[in-house]
Amino acid sequence: MIALLLRDLKLAFRAGGGFGLGLAFFLIVTVLVPFSVGPQSSLLSTIAPGVLWLGALLACLLSLDRLLALDWEDGSLDLLATAPLPLEAVVTIKALAHWLTTGLPLVLAAPFLGVLLNLPVPGFLWLVISLLVGTPAMSVIGTFGAALTVGLKRGGLLLSLLVLPLYVPTLIFGAEVARRGATGMETQTPLLMLAGITAATIALLPFASAAVLRINLR
Amino acid sequence: MMPDLGKYADTVLWSYAASVGLLMALIVFSILRGRKIRSEMEKIEQRMTRNG
Amino acid sequence: MSIAAKANALWEYANPRKFLSTSERVMPFFWMASAVCIVVGLVWGFFFTPDDYKQGSTVKIIYLHVPAALMAINCWLMMLVTSLVWLVRRHHVSALAARAAAPVGIVMTLIALATGAIWGQPMWGTWWAWDPRLTSFLILFLFYLGYVALWEAIEDPDTAADLTSVLCLVGSVFAILSRYAVNFWNQGLHQGASVMRTAAVTGADTEEKVSNIYFYPLMLCIVGFVLLFIALVLYRTGTEIRVRRIKALLARERVSG
Repeated sequence: MIALLLRDLKLAFRAGGGFGLGLAFFLIVTVLVPFSVGPQSSLLSTIAPGVLWLGALLACLLSLDRLLALDWEDGSLDLLATAPLPLEAVVTIKALAHWLTTGLPLVLAAPFLGVLLNLPVPGFLWLVISLLVGTPAMSVIGTFGAALTVGLKRGGLLLSLLVLPLYVPTLIFGAEVARRGATGMETQTPLLMLAGITAATIALLPFASAAVLRINLR
Repeated sequence: MMPDLGKYADTVLWSYAASVGLLMALIVFSILRGRKIRSEMEKIEQRMTRNG
Repeated sequence: MSIAAKANALWEYANPRKFLSTSERVMPFFWMASAVCIVVGLVWGFFFTPDDYKQGSTVKIIYLHVPAALMAINCWLMMLVTSLVWLVRRHHVSALAARAAAPVGIVMTLIALATGAIWGQPMWGTWWAWDPRLTSFLILFLFYLGYVALWEAIEDPDTAADLTSVLCLVGSVFAILSRYAVNFWNQGLHQGASVMRTAAVTGADTEEKVSNIYFYPLMLCIVGFVLLFIALVLYRTGTEIRVRRIKALLARERVSG
């Protein structure tokens, strides 16, 4: 299992692995927002938590189609399916690798981008906390979507269409935590809901992803 | 005959038109496609029986 | 062809054949009955019910809005059940029925959203409000779109049936989650008395008595929409079965010829 994780991480960091792409996308989206809504700092600080959440979500989405497709193309997915490791574990490792290479950098980059958008001071802590709790769910759900569309030639757009509705609860609760945190309101309820969703998806969704992958590998 | 819809006449009539239009479009589309597929299948079945 | 394969092929054809002959027999009844119910219900509601003291004549939209909204949700439930049947029992008709129902659900969701928007314009003063109910329906619409898109994208019918079934199950859980999330996110600031009255008519809120003048035509319309849904799904499932059969016949022809 650890060998598989290390292999995935190594592949991601190597050239062409797309490690920096998600981060760069996150940065560009954040920079473009003031251009589209205007430079008033009061407006920017109001929408900052939501924009940063949406940017992180889209950056995460962008990297999903490489999650399983590369392994599918060179046949290593078939090898993994016949390996003694259960497919559920493989899928979980894949999601973990995706989170470590995409989700975690996004979480760490978010405060710096928050400066660009005039995020209120108490918001920084809550933004990082909410992203830290929410992004694992995005990786796990994304793995499910990637498993659904892995056999398709041009699955990228379809993948977004399938995954985005599934992101709705995570986005709502996550952005709510960040928004409430930024305005100094109580954040416990949405944070608990967010954590609940993340825990439930991590616990249950790998089974669905593995089932879907088995169907696709048939 | 026509009931007096008052100032909301547009609202009511538009929503009826939109709903009935959508329903009709769905029904017509379903039936057209169903007919096409059915004739296509019969053609193929005939060809199969002729060829054995 | 081995005996086992032959038995398998027979089993595959037996059920759809029976389904086609049975549905062909009962379908005229459903078409007629739904047409009668909807026409009578709508004419009754449109011409022979008084205006509401608050909403004026816009109350007449209820006869389309509520049945369509009910069917939009029930259609997804039906797809969930048929998907489960397919995953457990592997009846092809079941998977195809789910596929046939999805576009009907899309149209029902669209009708509910459209009539709601047209009604909301004079009542709430806006075409669209991010009200929990409206938002949940929009999300439901997105789920339908994804489901249909996945069906269209996959070549092999069995793989498509499997994948869409799993998507339907997972989607159902997330749709319910979204419903609660949306409720939490915006606690229905726009749920004025008018919407409560809609709930009252459907029996959700018995405290506020809405007189029977609206209730009977509405029930008739709901029954009509249910029957129409059944007729449409039966018909469209028949079409899907034939599409599948054409594919099978062509494949056999290619092998033998």
